Amino acid sequence: LMERLKLVLQYFQSNSESISNGICIVLALVSVKLYTSFDFNCPCLPQYNKLYSLGVMTVPPIIFFFLGVLVNRHTGVMMDEWMRPVGNRSKNPAVVKYLFSAMLQRALLAPMVWILVTLLDGKIFICAFSVSVDPGLFSGVPNNTGLDVIRIMAKVPCKEDVIFQNSSFRKAVSRYVRCYSQAVGWSILLFLIILGAMGRLIKPCFEDHAAFLQTRYWSNYLDVEQKLFDETCVLHARDFARKCVVQFFEDMTEDSILHLPHPPFISNVSERWEEEEERLHGVTRQEQMDQLLNKWYYGKPELDVTRIAHRPRPCVTWQDPGGRTLYSDV
Amino acid sequence: TMDKFRMMFQFLQSNQESFMNGICGIMALASAQMYSAFEFSCPCMPEYNYTYGIGLLVIPPIWFFLLGFVLNNNVSVLAEEWKRPTGSRTKDPTILRYMFCSITQRSLIAPALWVSVTLMDGKSFLCAFSINLDIEKFGNSSFVKGMSETEKIRLLARIPCKDLFENQEIRVAATRYIKCISQACGWIFLLMMTFTAFLIRAIRPCFTQAAFLKTKYWSHYIDIERKMFDETCKEHAKSFAKVCIHQYFENISGEMQSLHRHRSGQDDSGDEGEDKRSDEDKLLGIRAQDDMNKVLWNWHTCKPALALRKDQMDGENSSKLNGKINEGFNGFANGHAHETKKREWAVYYSKV
Repeated sequence: LMERLKLVLQYFQSNSESISNGICIVLALVSVKLYTSFDFNCPCLPQYNKLYSLGVMTVPPIIFFFLGVLVNRHTGVMMDEWMRPVGNRSKNPAVVKYLFSAMLQRALLAPMVWILVTLLDGKIFICAFSVSVDPGLFSGVPNNTGLDVIRIMAKVPCKEDVIFQNSSFRKAVSRYVRCYSQAVGWSILLFLIILGAMGRLIKPCFEDHAAFLQTRYWSNYLDVEQKLFDETCVLHARDFARKCVVQFFEDMTEDSILHLPHPPFISNVSERWEEEEERLHGVTRQEQMDQLLNKWYYGKPELDVTRIAHRPRPCVTWQDPGGRTLYSDV
Repeated sequence: TMDKFRMMFQFLQSNQESFMNGICGIMALASAQMYSAFEFSCPCMPEYNYTYGIGLLVIPPIWFFLLGFVLNNNVSVLAEEWKRPTGSRTKDPTILRYMFCSITQRSLIAPALWVSVTLMDGKSFLCAFSINLDIEKFGNSSFVKGMSETEKIRLLARIPCKDLFENQEIRVAATRYIKCISQACGWIFLLMMTFTAFLIRAIRPCFTQAAFLKTKYWSHYIDIERKMFDETCKEHAKSFAKVCIHQYFENISGEMQSLHRHRSGQDDSGDEGEDKRSDEDKLLGIRAQDDMNKVLWNWHTCKPALALRKDQMDGENSSKLNGKINEGFNGFANGHAHETKKREWAVYYSKV
């Protein structure tokens, strides 16, 4: 099971487009969840209704758009490719354009989902436009309160208000406005789908498919290259750190003239002690260890592991009494 | 499966960023959960409303911010790198700035979430600002005519409490109004935070990309180096302890062991001999109750010095052999390690 999971994960990771798609869909789901958990609170006052509703309909999409641009990996890749100096690699503007349009399309999904959900639900439209409805179209206007018509219409979105008890007027007006809102929502959805379908159908007539394959390949390549560079840096840092630390340990027992560590003992030491020897790195006394720990804080070693990376190793040469070489490591 | 867990854990650890992101996400969820579990109860008194409302908006975010610093491992790395003496490695202030910025960014997420959830919910604004309302706007307010200023303020302060304010119509209208303002503030706050994050993340590469790659690498390196040092120290301590204890046992039963080695060296006969030797080896020459008691007693009353003898890791016979060869190579006198001058007779061939 773990193998299959690893395969699936690898497949997704190799194709950076599918990761971006996944994140984009997650953001759309988050926007729906946010809408359902948001406690919409219409002020029911003539001056503020429109302002509040339009605010709730437009500010969250802007926020989701910025979030969509932020969490998309392609943003970083695109900015890097756009801003880099030419160096040894020529710049291809088509790749930057492709990345930009891909990023834009993905970032626009969550805002569109929010707008469509608000329109199909209708609460916000009712809040914004209940004052524009002509009350004469409906019967049962509560006229025993001392309020003028505009104020009454402004209170329509608020269910619990006292003046609408036992009256079907409020429900009628709400249903009317919601009807409009859903019509607008469905038309926008239809328009977007038609736009997408036409784009898909007509695109092959206008573009050069071969060039498109190239730009898609190279944009994917840039993404993978950046990931690999980061990974290699991480592995390298690990290796560098280990060598630096081991070199520091061995420096505590180095020879003062040759500045080389002492070679391992060539004796018939049994195997288990060889391993321990290696791990000791030559530090075998309490004072040495204390000095080492002190020095680690007060005088960190410089960032240079050339000595240990190119350490000479002792080479054995066996010669017979006649001077002929029987065996040589050199 | 333990291997796989260890691999996953290692991957998470090696990629510090994803680990820290995980902790940051958990703290954000915790802050949202805490808000919903917290029972908000406005005091409904003019002197305390504002303090309670604004306090609840401001103090938990500060607490979450500090908690973010506490839970972040990188804080101690940053402090260490800041305070260390220069030694043979120069200090780079851009690395410190980078680490500080990344720690601060991550710690700001949970407080921002708390503030936005509080503002969207509206209760704290209602509690803090109900006394500033102009009550005539919300309906039939004839009952307030003739009240003195303090009485009016006391009445307004009771708006957040459902059961203390009689006129439902005005209370509901006023609540709705303040909640609407509070939600508007919440959305604007979210918009500002997102826009700032967008500027930092998406626009920064325009300016300092090369230097940024450098600081990212070295700040990550510092973290890994610290871990490697701890790991190497642990390994070293383990080996040190093993050898020290072995030498201690040898000391206590020195003669017995070399005697035993003579005997087993003579009747060395194939596999059975080797097996027998390893078992006998493990006994370390201690076969009688008195000897073992002596070993245990001495371990408490007279622990050995923390200084390993390099030659005696394999008994006395081979130590003589060791001694000769070692003398030939690096001039140890009698197989003891000295800190002072040594004479080198070895010839080193380099790989070049």
